[in-house]
Formats: sequence, structure tokens, C-alpha cells
Amino acid sequence: MTAVLTEPSTTVDAIASAAKRPFALARHSLALAWRNLVKTMRNPEQLLDVTLQPIIFTAMFGFLLGGALAGDTAAYLQTLVPALAVMLTLFASIQSGVNFSSDLKTGLFDRFRSMPIGRSAPLIGAVLGDGIRYVVTIVVLIGFSSILGFRIETDPLSALAGCLLAIGLGFALSWVFLLLGAVMKEPGSVQGVAFIVIFPLTFGTNMLTPVDTMPGWLQAWMNVNPAVHAMDAARGLMIGGPVAGPVTATLLWTAGIIAVFAPLAVRAYRRRT
Amino acid sequence: MSTAFQAEGLVKRFGDFTALHGVDLAAEEGTVLGVLGPNGAGKTTAVRVLSTLLRPDGGTVTVAGNDVVRHPDRVRRAIGLTGQFASVDDDLTGMENLTLIGRLLDLRGGEIKSRAKRLLADFDLTEAAKRTVKTYSGGMRRRLDLAASLMGRPRIVFLDEPTTGLDPAKREELWGVVRRLVNDGTTVLLTTQYLEEADALADAISVIDHGRVIAHGTPAELKRIVGGQSIVVRPSDPADLDRVDRILSEFTGRKPESPQRGVLAVPADGDLVFTAVVSELALAGIGVTELSLQLPDLDDVFFKLTGHTTSNDNEKAEVPA
Repeated sequence: MTAVLTEPSTTVDAIASAAKRPFALARHSLALAWRNLVKTMRNPEQLLDVTLQPIIFTAMFGFLLGGALAGDTAAYLQTLVPALAVMLTLFASIQSGVNFSSDLKTGLFDRFRSMPIGRSAPLIGAVLGDGIRYVVTIVVLIGFSSILGFRIETDPLSALAGCLLAIGLGFALSWVFLLLGAVMKEPGSVQGVAFIVIFPLTFGTNMLTPVDTMPGWLQAWMNVNPAVHAMDAARGLMIGGPVAGPVTATLLWTAGIIAVFAPLAVRAYRRRT
Repeated sequence: MSTAFQAEGLVKRFGDFTALHGVDLAAEEGTVLGVLGPNGAGKTTAVRVLSTLLRPDGGTVTVAGNDVVRHPDRVRRAIGLTGQFASVDDDLTGMENLTLIGRLLDLRGGEIKSRAKRLLADFDLTEAAKRTVKTYSGGMRRRLDLAASLMGRPRIVFLDEPTTGLDPAKREELWGVVRRLVNDGTTVLLTTQYLEEADALADAISVIDHGRVIAHGTPAELKRIVGGQSIVVRPSDPADLDRVDRILSEFTGRKPESPQRGVLAVPADGDLVFTAVVSELALAGIGVTELSLQLPDLDDVFFKLTGHTTSNDNEKAEVPA
């Protein structure tokens, strides 16, 4: 004990100068993302929802609606699966806010706040660390739907780009849920409110049915809904069709959501005592 | 000596509730300041302001020469905080917890490893290093918590009720750690509800109650506020108890009590009474196995200062939830 404590205390200065090293925010965020990832791997039941949801939704929508809407299940899956990739990623992003809310109650976050790290590092870490959830849900979706007859009609790289686009939007939306997590005291209420946000976003789309029969106001909503753009983009990249327009719209929405909600979430986190 | 940290006129409000009404706290470098008070007195709030977790609503607070509002990052580089609730991650191992802190402090990879290993060894956690903290006992968790606070070799360490909930043996262990820290020049602020703990560790004690510092001084000075030292005598031959009783009554003017079998104790005013009693016992040829001048314990001090005891059970019952 004595030995370790009496070492020359140059470390304080070392820390002071090290903090000025570039990319400090990136390094701290990655360290915290690593923490989130380790926590998820130690509690695999946290991945249960993102593992089961793709199976349940693919089977449910595919068998329920496939015959009526597309003649058979496999044909319906071609348009359904790319859209489901977006929906499931957005669903998965809710958990970031819920976990963040419960993390804020722990003494560990007091320690982070008392350390010389960027105020946004714990939030960026929370967002990035949950990337594993998006990967799991999309991998299970593609795997399971392939068994039922889904086929990528473009090429693997385009399909991958479609998945990454969905994941990007998931990352963006998780900032909205982090904001909820920082503002609300109970993780449970974060989840409740998050679903109120997520349902119009994911189901107010052309995911399940064509838009022609829908009322005008709903079509108007679909023209602005970022999830619709992401679903169109994912379809274009996975089964062919227009790509440039929907991809651009999705990227703009992704950047816009982050630009608005990331600062709000960081501010709410800083103000929380 | 220079001042390690100082709060002057510190005010903190939460809405309508004023948690701190102009609190003054300070410690010289390399000393322990004990902040003593019951639950809800404002101890934790004061620590949270000093450690930059809360912004003060009034007064000035300087830590390691830096204002906590204007230069929180400089303050954060100089401090280590061990909160009331274990601030380590349950899902990570002991080693991983320290590694995370080391990475956040921008220590180099090799240094993180060696420092974490030594701290784990020093806190008797080497065998548990690869187990998740979930499996740790309360005492192990506190030790890891403290080790995490020391990863960056802070000059000032804030310990918020570090021994609450620990059994007496574990408490003593933690006291040892605090003493070694101070020997090595670290300044410690320690909040506690245990008078015994403040007495054992602190160079100076600030007694805090309802958001105000109601007394400040060395443990001995605080005890003197209450006055009433007691002379305690245990004659080697119990047959001498009657004679001892007479001598004590004569010199103190009070009737001695017997706190234990074979022991007599009596309050004594004035500094000369004790020496007089000692020489009288010698003249009478009475041998003793115990002879002491005892200061009152800090519980008495607290009762005298606040009009209530440190146990907050009564208080809880009175305060509407």
C-alpha cells in the first residue's frame, strides 16, 4: 500500500497533459462503449428481445399477410424484410434510453461526472455500445427470413449498405431515447413514452401495405417520416429499385436528428443532479 | 502548509428546500477533515459540490487551488470520489473496473495494468480481480470503490460515508487505508455518521446539522466544549473500592458511580483534581490496575450541540414523508 501511494506523484501532471492529447472524447467514448458491450455480453438475456423480435415479426406478418397481399409468403417477404430491418433497428434503439436511465441512478455515473472526461462521453458510449443490438437483430432477421424464402436481389455490398443505413438511423433515434432517459426518473416510463414515439414512426409507413388506399393525411405523414425513407432505401439496396432519393433523405434525417437531439440529451444529462 | 480545499458561505438549494445555509469547510494539505452529522444534515450535498457534481447557489468553493464553478475540469484532475453508493460496475470484474477508470484518466496501457494490479493487491482483492463485482461482499466492494478513486493518484480524496453498512472489522480495515493515504500526503474529506470514526481519523471535525456547521475543531476541542472529564479508577484489590470511593468524593465533591464491576468513575472539574487524586491514592497505598482521565465521547458532544442524538430514528418518525 505505502509503496504504491508514495510513488512520485507526477501522474497528476501526466493526466493533465494527457487529457490534452487529441481525440480524448473519442477515446473516452470508446472506453465507455466497451463497458456497455461487456455488460451486454455478461447478461445475454439483454439480447433476447432483439433475437426473438425478428423471428416473431417475420413469421407473424409473413404468414398473416403474405398470402392476401402478395400471393404467397416468400413473395411478400421480399418487400417486408428490408422494411422490418428498419423497424427492428428502431425498436432496438429504445433500450439505450432505458439502460441510460437506470445507469444514471447508480453511483458509477457520479464517478464519471467527477472525472476529467467530456460530458458527452458517457452518452456517446451508451449509443455506440448498443450497436451490438442492431447487428444481432439484423443478422437474425436476414438469417430467419432466408429460411422462409427471402432472397437478396441486388448484391451483398448493397444489402450491407442498406443494413448500415438502418443502423445509422437507429443510432440517431437512440439520442431521442437518451434524452428521455436523462429527463425521466424511471427506466420503465422511458420505455412507455418511447413506444409512443416509435409506433407512429415504424407503423405509419408502407412497411406492410401499399400507400394508395390510405387517407391523405397519412400519406402526408409518410412523405416526411424518416422511417419511410429508410425503408424505401433499404428496399432499393436489397431488392432493387430507386436508391439515390431515399438514401439521401435518410442520411439527412439521420444527421438532423443527431444534430438536434444529441445536444439536448447532453444538456439534460449535465443538468441532472 | 497550504489549503487543499475550502468552501466559504456555501449555499445549495433544491427548489424551495435549502440544503446548505452558508457552510464553511476547509482542510490543510495532508490532513483529514471529518464532516460529522446525521442523515439529511447536508454532508453528501457538500461533498457533491466540492467534487463538481453540483453547482453551488452561493459562496465560493476552491479545490486544489481552482474554483469549482469556473474550472471544474482542473478540480476533477485533482480529486478522487468515493460516493455513498458503491460507484463501481457490478457487471465488470474488479480488474475491468479499474481498467475502465484508468482509460478514462488517459493513463497509458502499461501503467493501467501495473497500477490496477498493485491497488488490487493493496486492497486484498487480487484473488477476486477476475470475478464480477456482483459476487463481491460489501466490504470488498467498498475497497474496490476506493481503489478506483485512487487510480489517478488524486491529491484530494472525498469519502462519503465510506464505512456505512460495514461490520466493525471491515471498518477498521478501511480506517487503516485512510491513515496510509494521509501518511502519503493525500488530503481526505470524510463524511460520517459515526462519531467514533471521526474521532479515530480526523485532524479536524466540522459538525453539520440541518445544513449548517454548528461546531468546528479538533476532536479534543470538541470534547472540551462539553467539559466534564471523568476520572476512572480500578483498584487492584476490590476491597479498596470503599476507600477509593471516599477519596474521589472528597476531591471532586461528587458521588462516584460504578460503570463496571470493580471500577469507579466520577466527573471532575478543573485540571488539578486528577493529579491530587493520584497523589492521594499513592499516599493511601492503594494499587490500581486502571487509572485514567477520560474525555466524554463524541456522542455527548453531539447531544450537547444539537439537542438531539446522532441516531436519526426519532427524527425520521417526526419528519412527515
